Amino acid sequence: MSKTAAVLTPTAEASAAAARPARWQDYLQLLKPRVMSLVVFTALTGLAAARAPIHPLLGAVAVFCIAVGAGASGALNMWFDADIDAKMRRTRGRPVPAGRVQGADAAALGVVLSMLSVMLMGMALNWLAAGLLAFTIVFYAVVYTMWLKRWTPQNIVIGGLAGALPPAIGWAAATGSAPLNAWLMVLIIFLWTPPHFWALSLYTSEDYAKAGVPMMPVIKGAKATRLQILLYSLVLIPVCLAPAFTGLGGPLYLAVAALGGAVFLVLAWRVYRSKAGDAPDPRAADRDLYDVKATAKDARNLFAFSILYLTALFAALLGEALTGTKALELLS
Amino acid sequence: MNKPILPEDAAAKARRARNIALALGLAAFVILIFVVTLVKLGGNVVNRSL
Repeated sequence: MSKTAAVLTPTAEASAAAARPARWQDYLQLLKPRVMSLVVFTALTGLAAARAPIHPLLGAVAVFCIAVGAGASGALNMWFDADIDAKMRRTRGRPVPAGRVQGADAAALGVVLSMLSVMLMGMALNWLAAGLLAFTIVFYAVVYTMWLKRWTPQNIVIGGLAGALPPAIGWAAATGSAPLNAWLMVLIIFLWTPPHFWALSLYTSEDYAKAGVPMMPVIKGAKATRLQILLYSLVLIPVCLAPAFTGLGGPLYLAVAALGGAVFLVLAWRVYRSKAGDAPDPRAADRDLYDVKATAKDARNLFAFSILYLTALFAALLGEALTGTKALELLS
Repeated sequence: MNKPILPEDAAAKARRARNIALALGLAAFVILIFVVTLVKLGGNVVNRSL
């Protein structure tokens, strides 16, 4: 075998894409850098909100470990879900379905980085944080990716726990414990995930149906999904206000949570009253993700605002922690 | 035979770039472990029984 042949992907369907050899950037893409940036942000907020003295370098190592752990679970997800990813326009350009990286290489990268991140977290910080990180990786890669995603329309509700845990890992890394306020941050992301993802899936459900993923609009229909979005939003907003009562959030946080929460509820109500997801978009194939037809605009608006709302909530918590703003304790 | 043929130099260039990225990653990891050890041990590194 020539040296050239050795780098070729052997499968026929991937041969066209394999005309370009794998670059290091392809391996970086396996780590889902955009998801990683959100994880870094929420983990950093958890670390800072603990308001515990920690050496800045060790704090940076903790956030680094959480980021690498998140990237590792992303690589494992891309390895296992290559068949689904190849059928959806949002994901078909990923390195494995496009044939630029072998599935086994993606899996190996995921396993190695998982072990490195957990061991480093344990040795540099503490084993509670390492244990939570290991749990998060296993929960995302095994429980969500290999089981829930293909099995139940509650996939993103339960699987959302993996994306919600980074603030608790950050808090545990800083203090060696995970008190109720840390879990309150987890609960906020956990309850935020369903309305966020279902709003998106209302106008991308054709893709999920084509790939055989049992997303809520595919299985239960658009109307039931819109009701679920409203119900989750009604639970989410009071929980978002709770940190102002438990000594976690300050006045800035309370203002952001209340004003943003009101807007969130209005948008969720509009989605409930809309026809979003009722009929497939005839233009489907190659349109842009945000280029939706008129009836789906309410769903798109909620999806976009949900990202802004969560970012603003955690930015407020982070800002208050870094500036030493006293947290409110409205209950006491 | 319908396998696409890569230009030898393009494949070698990509492999070289991957190897350099891997080497830099490993070097950064070694430095990271060294610095973390210094931070964790601090001044206690000299307080060992001889």
